[in-house]
Amino acid sequence: MTATPGTLPDAAGHFGRFGGRFMPEALIAPLDELERAWRTAMAEDSFGAEFDRMLREYAGVPSLLYDATRFSAHAGARVLFKREDLNHTGAHKVRNVLGQALLAKRMSKSRVIAETGAGQHGVATATACAYLDLDCVVYMGEVDIERQQLNVARMRMLGAEVVPVTTGARTLKDAINEALRDWVTNVDDTHYLLGTAAGPHPFPAMVRDFTRGIGDEARGQCLDLIGRLPDAVCACVGGGSNAIGMFTAFVPDEQVGLYGFEAGGDGIHTGRHAATITAGDVGVLHGARSYLLQDEDGQTIDSHSISAGLDYPGVGPEHAYLAETGRAVYRAIDDATAMRAFAVVCRTEGIIPAIEPAHALAGAMELAKELGPESVILVGLSGRGDKDMHTAAAWFELLDGPDTRG
Amino acid sequence: MTAGVAATLARCRADGRAALVGYLPAGFPDVETSVAAFEAMVDSGVDLVEVGLPYSDPVMDGPTIQRAAEQALASGTRTTDVLRIVETVATSGVPTLVMTYWNPVERYGVARFAQALHAAGSAGLITPDLIPEEAAEWHAASDQEGLDRVYLVAPSSSDARLATTAAACRGFVYATSIMGVTGARERTSSAAPALVSRVREVTELPVGVGLGVSDGVQAAEVAAFADAVIVGSAFVRCLLDATDRSAGLTAVAALAADLASGMQRSDASVSW
Repeated sequence: MTATPGTLPDAAGHFGRFGGRFMPEALIAPLDELERAWRTAMAEDSFGAEFDRMLREYAGVPSLLYDATRFSAHAGARVLFKREDLNHTGAHKVRNVLGQALLAKRMSKSRVIAETGAGQHGVATATACAYLDLDCVVYMGEVDIERQQLNVARMRMLGAEVVPVTTGARTLKDAINEALRDWVTNVDDTHYLLGTAAGPHPFPAMVRDFTRGIGDEARGQCLDLIGRLPDAVCACVGGGSNAIGMFTAFVPDEQVGLYGFEAGGDGIHTGRHAATITAGDVGVLHGARSYLLQDEDGQTIDSHSISAGLDYPGVGPEHAYLAETGRAVYRAIDDATAMRAFAVVCRTEGIIPAIEPAHALAGAMELAKELGPESVILVGLSGRGDKDMHTAAAWFELLDGPDTRG
Repeated sequence: MTAGVAATLARCRADGRAALVGYLPAGFPDVETSVAAFEAMVDSGVDLVEVGLPYSDPVMDGPTIQRAAEQALASGTRTTDVLRIVETVATSGVPTLVMTYWNPVERYGVARFAQALHAAGSAGLITPDLIPEEAAEWHAASDQEGLDRVYLVAPSSSDARLATTAAACRGFVYATSIMGVTGARERTSSAAPALVSRVREVTELPVGVGLGVSDGVQAAEVAAFADAVIVGSAFVRCLLDATDRSAGLTAVAALAADLASGMQRSDASVSW
């Protein structure tokens, strides 16, 4: 059994037994309104044309497919990078925010709210709102605000209001809760621009549709470059927007292996990780049934990862479905393994990746050994590493002075 | 033997008054005090009790209930403690509903949780983030155990959704009076009377109104058009603001008495 894009989710937002809507009734009508607007927009050529124009003229999309020959020599297989790190704002996220912000305009919403963990989705949302003249409020955990001062400054520079979240663990999951509370209160004029392919229907499908250009482009670019499809496609998985954007075009190509790499943190055995599919259980969080990290009573457990973008205790429901049906394989890469791959790609290619795709690059290095030197592996290089230099400097002890490793 | 939700609401109706429903998170601030607080509520005029199951991600709740739930979890409250509290509170003879986000139920096992509720003497569940479309397993389990299931409706609900949601309810229909989260507000919602009358067009079930009722005056306003008045955050505040345990319990009892005084309709012939 395989998923076929366009047929999933079902009308109620289910991917098999995953997905759906587990939300207060007050938000069901707004979710219905959003779904109608999204389906209508996607059926109109004019919306697609405007989305494409913005991506092309403003965001630097389509991104390059890069034949990483020196990294390949090191890894032992031919590895191709999909260079989403070269997009405006430095990651694949610009695709989702431009799509949703354009939809918000069409829905005559004047205000956009978003959650952010490390600040990347917040910065991307603030960017799209400045570009499209929308008011922007970003919810960010108090703990994250302290850790990510630079991104807080970027959001404020772009005109967004950053609201500290002081409840719960004061990190990403609590920022999502707070954004949902704002949305239910202000839904008449407000669009909730969710940052990943999770949440209640239609978010997982809608975010997939806005990010699937990654895989659509890469598939065509791969055929142009080598005359065949890759043997394996690799992407990192936190909430899963980058991975679902990369995988979707390849789902019908059954000969292409799909590999999602989750954050193994300190190692699965330590319990300090964010490997939701690999080591979590099925449950309901933030509006959908999927895998999540939870205790015996169903209380959410805090996740841990060196990569802020993967540090989330849930995952999008379509990934849960792809895992359960066996169409995609999910593995965990721990912090140390990801950071080794991070260093390799810096030294062999002169590319400083974000720590999120360093997990996918580490996964590609593992796969190269399994698939052999004749294999071709496509990797989603989903973002650039400028934002991570503080973390990398501490990890590799690059700077003089007291150890700031966190 | 504990009376059922329907019987209790019918008795209040016969008395020409609305029923008072009091909510507190179980285990807040700790298991023992929380049992005492429920008892204080019941002794001072609450007709129905809502025992909240504290959850790590309560998207429907404002800061007051969030903090209380956090405190309950931090003090070690487990699902099994909630069931024990329910069992104790239910012996008071007042119908006891559990209000819970869905994941803890799914984690416990839906059928197993329904059996445990039944065994503890609970009347059923109020489910703020479960809609009937996702609830096939709960419908089967609640039918099996004879439990009430209370779903929420909102000012944003379409007429069609009001009808299907009310049809899935047993006990009463929970009308959230505003678009927003739980928490005491200075004024009652102007949207609530309209929502209640829309619900009455699609069901014979009693309608309870919750969100934002904090004192006797507000409760009396809502009692004029609703069958049940649901108060949560204001009770939580009594315990949060108290300097010590006994002051908190005294405040809970005083609030319950104040709210109860507003339940009697001045015009007992009010049509509903």
